[in-house]
Amino acid sequence: MKSLGSIRRDFAPWNDPNAKPYIQFENVTKRFGDFVAVNNLSLTIYEREFFALLGASGCGKSTLLRMLAGFEQPTSGRILLDGENLAGTPPYRRPVNMMFQSYALFPHMTVEKNIAFGLKQEGMPRADVEKRVAEMLKLVKLEPFAKRKPHQLSGGQRQRVALARSVAKRPKVLLLDEPLGALDKKLREETQFELMDLQQELGLTFVVVTHDQEEAMTMADRIAIMDKGEVMQVATPAEVYEAPASRFVANFVGNVNMFEGKVAERTEKNATITGATGAQILVENAGDASAGANVAFAIRPEKIRISSAKPDGLANALEGEVYDIAYLGDMTVYHVKLSDGQIVRAQSMNAARISDDPLTWNDRAWVSFRPDAGVVLTR
Amino acid sequence: MNTTWSRFNITSITMGFAFLYLPIVLLVVFSFNESKLVTVWGGFSTKWYVSLFQNQALMDAAWVTIRVGLISATVATVLGTLAALALTRYTRFRGRVLFSGMVFAPLVMPEVITGLSLLLLFVAVGLDRGFFTLTLAHISFTMCFVAVVVQSRLVTFDRSLEEAAMDLGASPVATFFQVTLPVILPAIVSGWMLAFTLSLDDLVTSSFTSGPGATTLPMKIYSQVRLGVTPEINAACTILIAIVATGVIIASVVNKRREVQRLRDEQAALRG
Amino acid sequence: MAGATLSATTANGAATAQPATQLANSFVSKLVIIVPYAFLVIFFLVPFFIVFKISLSQTVIAMPPYTPAFNFGGGLSGIIDQLKQLNFDNYIFLTEDPLYINAYFTSVIVAGISTLLTLLVGYPIAYGMSRAPATLRPTLLMLVILPFWTSFLIRVYAWIGILKPEGLLNQLLLSTGIISEPLIILNTYTAIFIGIVYSYLPFMILPLYSALEKMDYSLVEAAQDLGCPPITAFWKITFPMSLPGVLAGCLLVFIPAVGEFVIPDLLGGSQTLMIGRTLWNEFNNNRDWPVSSAVAVLLLLVLIVPIVIFQHAQARAQEQGR
Repeated sequence: MKSLGSIRRDFAPWNDPNAKPYIQFENVTKRFGDFVAVNNLSLTIYEREFFALLGASGCGKSTLLRMLAGFEQPTSGRILLDGENLAGTPPYRRPVNMMFQSYALFPHMTVEKNIAFGLKQEGMPRADVEKRVAEMLKLVKLEPFAKRKPHQLSGGQRQRVALARSVAKRPKVLLLDEPLGALDKKLREETQFELMDLQQELGLTFVVVTHDQEEAMTMADRIAIMDKGEVMQVATPAEVYEAPASRFVANFVGNVNMFEGKVAERTEKNATITGATGAQILVENAGDASAGANVAFAIRPEKIRISSAKPDGLANALEGEVYDIAYLGDMTVYHVKLSDGQIVRAQSMNAARISDDPLTWNDRAWVSFRPDAGVVLTR
Repeated sequence: MNTTWSRFNITSITMGFAFLYLPIVLLVVFSFNESKLVTVWGGFSTKWYVSLFQNQALMDAAWVTIRVGLISATVATVLGTLAALALTRYTRFRGRVLFSGMVFAPLVMPEVITGLSLLLLFVAVGLDRGFFTLTLAHISFTMCFVAVVVQSRLVTFDRSLEEAAMDLGASPVATFFQVTLPVILPAIVSGWMLAFTLSLDDLVTSSFTSGPGATTLPMKIYSQVRLGVTPEINAACTILIAIVATGVIIASVVNKRREVQRLRDEQAALRG
Repeated sequence: MAGATLSATTANGAATAQPATQLANSFVSKLVIIVPYAFLVIFFLVPFFIVFKISLSQTVIAMPPYTPAFNFGGGLSGIIDQLKQLNFDNYIFLTEDPLYINAYFTSVIVAGISTLLTLLVGYPIAYGMSRAPATLRPTLLMLVILPFWTSFLIRVYAWIGILKPEGLLNQLLLSTGIISEPLIILNTYTAIFIGIVYSYLPFMILPLYSALEKMDYSLVEAAQDLGCPPITAFWKITFPMSLPGVLAGCLLVFIPAVGEFVIPDLLGGSQTLMIGRTLWNEFNNNRDWPVSSAVAVLLLLVLIVPIVIFQHAQARAQEQGR
């Protein structure tokens, strides 16, 4: 697996203008009556990519997956797989397989019959079916459970049967609908890594739908963040976190402090933002924010320093009062109330066992950050 | 909470079941009565059962009843299952309101109306009343019960099972026969049993729609009851009760076993 | 997800949007609807129209014993001609003869009283069952359903032996000295009440039980915690929450009881008057098919309101089940 890991590091077909798209959504819209589930959406996914659709429930991510599987037809627009238009191909003729959120294991069939189901539909010779089923059972480490029925399995085992069944046919694309949603937290974390290994080993394209941002961040090469049937941003996990494209994305992924204001001054690279109460924030790499524009400055809590005295040498420092403290063991979260009433969330790692600068409730405190620690958002 | 309420509960359950079962128990007991008077105990005897089996008319009626029951329950199960599928799977088609009305209304329709209307239909199309019309009538009123039983199962059916089958390459027809049907089979079986029992039991609709040579057991019993209560009828009733009770009890014990086994399996699976 | 739930309703629409491969599929799906639909139209709907038609025709001594009310051989003018000949004599006859009016009223009243009695008997049983230990409940449920599987006729018949003047009940009461004269119960309305309550009890208990069993008992505990004594808690919490079950149970008893034939015939004797039996007699003894058809049409009219309520309740339960 280690060698694959290094391949992974260089895997970025989305940056390669010559890379051939594998799955293409072109201006796809899906309406259910008056409800617009997917709105004029375009998206490209590359071969062997681990792609995540992330969004709150009702954002259209499952509908997108179901259109790819063939259970729903787009109201308009087209979907291409490997250059081929999928319109008119029923689900049972598409070279994609899906792992269902509920697993949808056939309750009247044993584990091996479940796994063999798709192969038998293809008319694969019996001996080959048996061989493939044995392979799959080995892959998901369920050999001793071959003769069991789904209800005789634990949640984690069921999940692995569902996985084995959906990859048994070697589909071009594996669709996973909330694949870990039904597992408990510990099992979920383990399984995330198993899924990533499996994807590498089989060399398949994975499209996973999830509402869990940690899950998406851990597993995916790229994440599409969706809201109200539209894609808000498609980017790698690091980009999504460190360089969100909009206020929505910044808020949706992780915790963020948002300072609303106007661009007061603008140089080639830098900008000064003035908040409603006159507080000034100096920003490096202000992007396309032009002078006079209403913008938000977004900064992650772990990039903010908190101290009892005004720090030297940092361009941005705001004074306030400690409003709340949450001690989480590995770190402490402070809520500092600024003079204009805004609450700033700052996190500090508890690197030392005993802090030499203990802050407590109602103390005066300074929050400070570097000019390049946050991003300016115009949208 | 308080013993008074649980005592109240136990009392009401006990009295309720006594009320439900005492008449049947008495009926069975007096079928073994030596005396010809049904209500005066004259010692134990099985002679009424002997005379019952020598009563050719009654035996013929029993045979007719069973045949009508088997045929009508089977056809009604097919039609009822289709109706249930139509109701749950197709939420929009022309005349759906009428259709669901026609499925549910017979459940509460007074039997005299059902019987009369079917009879008038058979007369109108010039169909001679007999075994055939009797069977048709039984199909038409039992299929609705099957539809209701199967429909209640289909409502809770996890559609993603079918999607999974199609996703794995099964055509809609293959999906139906390999996944849908096996999963809802228990409901279909209980629908069949219900239809069969209702058919065995029916008096009013049968009386309207049957003709010469197709007298069912309830019709026979009814005409004898009108002439007076005899231990022989008690014996016939006892046999019917025994058959049905055995069937139902076996079915529920098998079900219960399966349920217990399932629970045990699930617990075992959770342990590891 | 909204998309996922909505998709169930549009699955069919999606299928019809497909060419060739799914054409066969949509044909099969049409068959699923058409076959039972056609059967029900022929054996449920058409018979009603025939009943209605015959109720508008005149009695003749022949086989079948009525003049045809419609004959579509005569074309449009023929039909108009026949429409003029349609007569409501049978209905007028029904309203003029107090026998029928009495029978309708008596049937509705008897069914109403019986339904109330069944509710009174059934509620404590259903309540007791719903509070029984969870392991015992399936057995209790089976015991309630079991009599339903045994013949209706047999269960009614069993009561003849109990209720008749020299029957088991009187023997018991006389021998214990509670009464000195045998009670006359058989062939009275009391016997009909007993018969209906007995025969329809499972229909009352089952919906009541399922409503009560679903109820979250912590609601009652919450009420008591907030200072509500048990009896008040029952009336303020448990009973209102079981109302859907009460409604379903009452309709399931009331509707068939109005048109009941076997019970009034075997237990009520010739002195009692109920519409189901009147219809039967009119048809089988008097051979007056048009009048009995008119009786059936009016009986259906009497029942149409409760049947529509029942349908709505069913449809709603079905929607909630989704």
